[in-house]
Amino acid sequence: MNAHLAATGSAYFLDTTKKEVETHTLAVIVDNEPGVLARVIGLFSGRGYNIDSLTVSETEHNKHVSRITIVTTGTPQVITQIIHQLDRMVPVHSVADLTVQGSSITRELAMVKVAGTGEKRVEALRLADAFRARVIDAGTTSFIFELTGKSDKVEQFISLMVPLGLVEVARTGVAGISRGPEGMKV
Amino acid sequence: MSTSELMTGAEIVLKALADQGVQHVFGYPGGAVLPIYDEIFQQEKVKHILVRHEQGATHAAEGYARSTGKCGVVLVTSGPGATNAVTGLTDALLDSIPMVCITGQVPTHLIGNDAFQECDTVGITRPCTKHNWLVKDVNDLARILHEAFYVATHGRPGPVVVDIPKDVQFAKGRYVGPKNIEHKTYRPRVKPDQTAVKAAIDLIATAKRPLLYTGGGVINSGPTASKLLRDFVKLTGIPITSTLMGLGAYPASGEKWLGMLGMHGTYEANMAMHDCDVMINIGARFDDRITGRIDAFSPGSKKIHVDIDPSSINKTVRSDIPVIGDVAHVLEDMIRLWKAAGHKLDQKALHAWSKQIETWKARDCLRYRPNKDVIMPQYAVQRLYELTKDMDTYITTEVGQHQMWAAQFYKFEEPNRWMTSGGLGTMGYGLPAAVGVQMAHPKSLVIDIAGDASVLMTMQEMSTAVQHRLPIKIFILNNQYMGMVRQWQQLLHGNRLSESYTEALPDFVKLAEAYGCAGIRATKPHELDAAIKEMIKTPHPVIFDCRVANLANCFPMIPSGKAHNEMLLGEDVADEDVGNVIDAKGRELV
Ligand SMILES: Cc1ncc(C[n+]2csc(CCOP(=O)(O)OP(=O)(O)O)c2C)c(N)n1
Repeated sequence: MNAHLAATGSAYFLDTTKKEVETHTLAVIVDNEPGVLARVIGLFSGRGYNIDSLTVSETEHNKHVSRITIVTTGTPQVITQIIHQLDRMVPVHSVADLTVQGSSITRELAMVKVAGTGEKRVEALRLADAFRARVIDAGTTSFIFELTGKSDKVEQFISLMVPLGLVEVARTGVAGISRGPEGMKV
Repeated sequence: MSTSELMTGAEIVLKALADQGVQHVFGYPGGAVLPIYDEIFQQEKVKHILVRHEQGATHAAEGYARSTGKCGVVLVTSGPGATNAVTGLTDALLDSIPMVCITGQVPTHLIGNDAFQECDTVGITRPCTKHNWLVKDVNDLARILHEAFYVATHGRPGPVVVDIPKDVQFAKGRYVGPKNIEHKTYRPRVKPDQTAVKAAIDLIATAKRPLLYTGGGVINSGPTASKLLRDFVKLTGIPITSTLMGLGAYPASGEKWLGMLGMHGTYEANMAMHDCDVMINIGARFDDRITGRIDAFSPGSKKIHVDIDPSSINKTVRSDIPVIGDVAHVLEDMIRLWKAAGHKLDQKALHAWSKQIETWKARDCLRYRPNKDVIMPQYAVQRLYELTKDMDTYITTEVGQHQMWAAQFYKFEEPNRWMTSGGLGTMGYGLPAAVGVQMAHPKSLVIDIAGDASVLMTMQEMSTAVQHRLPIKIFILNNQYMGMVRQWQQLLHGNRLSESYTEALPDFVKLAEAYGCAGIRATKPHELDAAIKEMIKTPHPVIFDCRVANLANCFPMIPSGKAHNEMLLGEDVADEDVGNVIDAKGRELV
């Protein structure tokens, strides 16, 4: 038992097993008060958790309530810790693990600038069409595409644009919501 | 005064404190809090205790809070006042001590300008408080102050900061009273889930080698929790150990008491932790000083974990049955359900378990080699205990060997009598904490069991004690070393005593006289009792310079790399061998 734990000869121990990490999307409802985002981010940096994506916006203006969507990776134990640590913060109303709830939808928006002429330009437009990206700015030598979708779709589109003259990308990060009639506790 | 009348921010602060029932505030003035100090001058309800350093104010508030169960209150100025408070705030966060710290701030229009004595107080204290607020509108001030008390004292207690810019202290606004002010959304769970309690009880009923492992959560929950804990032990007959922070919840004279557990805990407590089959953790958090190597931690037990903070569950050690709730509520339900179910432990098994524990106890793990010529530090604490045990005594400590000897040799019968810096391990905690305790209990005997190095970190608070006529007793186990550092250097670093000897220590007796209090010294074992008695009967603050053996080590100890059942007992190691008990890899990691 516990053979995977290295005998370090210390009061502290080193766990050398490679634990499976998972990616989870968390939705956090918070009071939109000064410093609340710093508090959440400080929790992640202070305790060594990962942030892959973070979005925030006030969602109920009359109640001054914001919704933060965080995509994070960690072992199941760490993900549970993150949820508990978030939940006990004073301005946090509720936390939902959209990944565990299963049927939820995540989306992000990207604006992708591509410069090129001739064959490459035509190819970029063709791919954009296939990805249902909209052209939101066009000149004779460049386009800006707007694309909404799951992160991997956005990733894929961006990587296809690289050989076609990708100049820059702006991404919003992930927003997520669960399916069905119920909403999160505010 | 009618509530519709307008008040200044400074008036609101004092009114809010009075309405919260605050009687004592520990603080230090400065430019950014002068309006509040002006109000303090003009009222009598709230007494201000002027300290000598803001860190002292925070530890005094901690001692006050821990010994009374009330919220400690601190008032400091902006900039350096606030940064000096950071150590005490962090200490209170790690030990879950309720504290409201009010800081002055530069006027709102200067915030962000690098103004004189400006610092980003809410930014700096965000990670070391449970919550904090910057008050930008005087009309929010009263509500925020009441919310601050609510947050500090509800759920898992902790320190909070309210940062008040100077213009807000002058501005006029509406006051609202504390009635019905909770926090908008913060509602910690105090009542446990009944199915969890039931599952816990049913598991305990099947145990053959059960053990209670209790912590500071029992103390924080209040005296009822300690009483219920004692009832539960009596009802079930389960043996009990506790963390450093939980001492006193169950009486040291109690029949089922195994002593403290952990790195310097007793042999019997640690062996019982290792071998138990059902562990009932009540209000403790599986700290690394308790568990030792996690992979070898109590390998055969099922674990019940009672905690008010869900984030404590499964943080380091997986628990089989988590119970979220306030300890007193949980214990009440446990006792009720245990009785209702008519549970009784397997008496034969329990008897065999007690027998096993007796054999561990027989090792007499706290034994040390007595000495006729030099005062052994353990002996000093034992004598102190014997001569003060029948009095109304409170003990605080600094951090180091003396702290562990105090925990091992001073026996606590009641909760709230033991104040020590457990989580942060802050040298300099004990003296100001004693100031706070004495303020709350003016007639009691308050003793700081101190180390010579630690006590110099906040020695200036002796002047506070003299000013406020607080007859605290500073009992220094003077070994001239940072003993705990020296012990680790001996164990881990080839006995190269790098910077752990304090050259040029002050003459503590003369220092006492310089502060205007009494100095007493004992250098020989035969002088000790008389000197301690003299200290006890001195009606003023005392600094007691107890000259102890310089090179004594603190045992038992779970050395690095070992499990609970591989403790090092004092008798096992001759001083020459101490350096060989930890291997190279272990040295990197402790
Ligand atoms: C503020 C602070 N600095 C450093 C340490 C590290 N430290 C832990 S124990 C110790 C030595 C304490 O010496 P002393 O107060 O003389 O007590 P003794 O161990 O000799 O009883 C030190 C330096 C600490 N705990 N706190």
